[in-house]
Amino acid sequence: MNALFLKRLRVVLSVFFLVLLTLLFIDFRKSFSREFYQWAVSLQFVPSLLKTITVSGVVAFGFIAVLLLTLLFGRVYCSVLCPLGILQDFISWVSGKTKKKRRYKYHKAWNIGRYVLLALVLLPLLFGSIAMVTLLDPYSLFGRIATTLIKPFAVFGNNVIAAGFAKADIYNFLYRYDIVPVHPAILVITTLFLGGIGWASFSRGRLYCNTICPVGTFLGLISRFAIFKIVIDKSQCTHCGRCARVCKAECIETKTQKIDYSRCVACFNCMTVCSEQAMNFTPAKTKPFLLPEGLEPKAKGGSKKIGTDSSKRNFLITSAVGIAALYGFKSADSIPEPKKPKVIKPKGESTVPEKKTSPVSPPGSRSVERFNKICTGCSLCVSACPTKVLQPSFLQYGLIGVMQPHMNYRRGLCEFDCTLCSEVCPTGAIVPITMDAKHLLQIGQVHFEKKNCIVETEKTDCGACSEHCPTKAVHMVPYGKLFIPEVDQKICVGCGACEYACPTTPFKAIFVDGNPIHLAAEKPKTIKAKSALKEGEFPF
Amino acid sequence: MERRKFITSGIGAGIATGAAITFGGVDNLLAGNAAQPYDLIAVRGGEPDVMFDKGIEALGGMSQFVKPGQKVVIKPNIGWDRVPERGANTNPILVKRIVEQCLKAGAKEVFVFDHTCHEWTKCYKNSGIEAAVVAAGGKMVPGDSERYYQKVEFAGGSKLKEMKVHELLVTSDVFINVPILKNHSSSKLSISMKNMMGCVWDRGFWHKNDLHQCIADFLHYKKPALNVVDAYYVMKQNGPMGVSLDDVITMKSLILSRDIVAADAAATKFFGKDPAEINHIHGQCRRIG
Repeated sequence: MNALFLKRLRVVLSVFFLVLLTLLFIDFRKSFSREFYQWAVSLQFVPSLLKTITVSGVVAFGFIAVLLLTLLFGRVYCSVLCPLGILQDFISWVSGKTKKKRRYKYHKAWNIGRYVLLALVLLPLLFGSIAMVTLLDPYSLFGRIATTLIKPFAVFGNNVIAAGFAKADIYNFLYRYDIVPVHPAILVITTLFLGGIGWASFSRGRLYCNTICPVGTFLGLISRFAIFKIVIDKSQCTHCGRCARVCKAECIETKTQKIDYSRCVACFNCMTVCSEQAMNFTPAKTKPFLLPEGLEPKAKGGSKKIGTDSSKRNFLITSAVGIAALYGFKSADSIPEPKKPKVIKPKGESTVPEKKTSPVSPPGSRSVERFNKICTGCSLCVSACPTKVLQPSFLQYGLIGVMQPHMNYRRGLCEFDCTLCSEVCPTGAIVPITMDAKHLLQIGQVHFEKKNCIVETEKTDCGACSEHCPTKAVHMVPYGKLFIPEVDQKICVGCGACEYACPTTPFKAIFVDGNPIHLAAEKPKTIKAKSALKEGEFPF
Repeated sequence: MERRKFITSGIGAGIATGAAITFGGVDNLLAGNAAQPYDLIAVRGGEPDVMFDKGIEALGGMSQFVKPGQKVVIKPNIGWDRVPERGANTNPILVKRIVEQCLKAGAKEVFVFDHTCHEWTKCYKNSGIEAAVVAAGGKMVPGDSERYYQKVEFAGGSKLKEMKVHELLVTSDVFINVPILKNHSSSKLSISMKNMMGCVWDRGFWHKNDLHQCIADFLHYKKPALNVVDAYYVMKQNGPMGVSLDDVITMKSLILSRDIVAADAAATKFFGKDPAEINHIHGQCRRIG
């Protein structure tokens, strides 16, 4: 096939997916439908795989499509679908524009490193921790980079323009938006990752993808068997080395005319620069296991066994660990156990600190433990959440859940009539719930601390908590000449509206303590209201 | 207390009953003072837009409040992600008719906003108010970002000294208050004065610093030119958001007044309570009169 056509196709598709996913994460105007969210992330490998494993009865076809694509054409996921990969290509492209002389050169694969890292990502899954996947999965990393680092710039630009329009009394076109600052630690972690990956791609192209990325390493194991590959026609090749100089995967060894297919991301750059047309994207006849460089037997003297066996062994071991790990956390998922109480340390001073024993996981996550095992912290729900109550956690869940979102009732309340997070979650960490189910789902329970309450301390009416309560689990009862809150935990859904609205500082007089396992709330009893006036009657 | 002239009118039978009263006791003053504008109009038995047309006519027409070329801001209650039947937000049919009347009276522009409690785009949409205002030719303005609020002084306020209020209050010529009458867990009733709370950014400050006093203090900054109390659907219990449709009765009433305290006192009576029970209304009856 025509080299230029392939490359252009790759560029067009990759730009499309990068723009699509960036918009999805930076959108603050709720521009997209639920279906659009699901469609846009459907081809992301890790979330799709997780959803299939964790949500019974659901097969997310995205990961199957990616596996088939890889078997057919090699690591096209990495060059066309993976937003982090495309972001790196963009940085490499900028780097190429700024530094004219800078080109790539062939490097040996860091096999021990990448397979050990893959094992390190998969092994903790056996023990129920998805933390390493959360940390390194390229889709989730991109999601956090977009939400934490790109979105603020988009919002800032929007606000500047919207302010200009507002001056001219134009309000219907753009509106200003207040962004919620993330935890500083999350900002630092995400910035470090972007810095590291950005530097790597600026100087060495797809270095992250071929050494650290677990998806890259895994797909590399499969891409060796791909039907279509870039094949060097040895009779035409003049060893000029042009291809190697544009290879951002640094996987073409000109001297031996070999391509390391485990690292090739099918970008087709090499084919477009080959003046001899010695490179073709065709069904390959080569034997996959003989090819990974460094592992290949050397001429006659070398021991054939070493290369072949170690390569096979790598593949078998990682596959086995992977499969075992996936089974491990599937079975762990079915037996949710109550999480050990964790005391959230308050900052500053106050009369009575809030006694929280558990963080609150989003509605639809079923239990804190289940959520911690599945969520990869991509931040899609954080970005979609209309009230900003979902925020990436730092240590609220403990080390195991760093960057997984939690319900931050200092930032917002969980609206009674909203199920958006459950509908956009691509991994199944938050399972879709109906509105009726949401209304009777208790994710936490309300607690009232009278000693902190305005009515008690200031001797004035307040009632902000009861005002915002959707079920009147918090209601006002006479207290001398005033009214004070009283709580009914049975009908509380744990939405945090009371806690959010409570004006006391630094500690709230009313707060929600998370339910480690989500429970059912009772339906509030209602009585039919009556009018004091007859029809047409006036009270004066 | 100063004497006030009220007119009440029923629409159900298509006939205005025309009983004029003073606040606090019935008095037959209608015949003698028919030429004077009334202090308060109460209408019952019609659709919100029909009742408004009738009420505003009795107040001398919209031209009494809106002059050609003026910039008008209307403040309904759009606090909650609720449909009109739940009685949590001002009736959209009423808001639509007010916008239309303002434009008919020559208003240059008519803006509508609220600082909502639920996510604002959902409130604007599901209350039906956004669609109604846009259809009538008015403009919906966001109120969910602190950037829309400007700091102003509250000369004479005992608790509120300064507050960030929505920029439209600062830049508009005419301010029309269109609350809904409903039960409220904090202030007991939410009517015209309580509706002003949606004009400021930091509502928590009010809750923290004697809610009733802060509600009353707001009037030191600004009093609406006209108060239109929607009592078509009235939330009798579990306010201000409501738990179910059981909380709502259909009262088909409307109260109009230039005087925010009179409007609230009358609406309180419609609700079936005595204004003396509601601290922020009672206090103002004594202070402002």
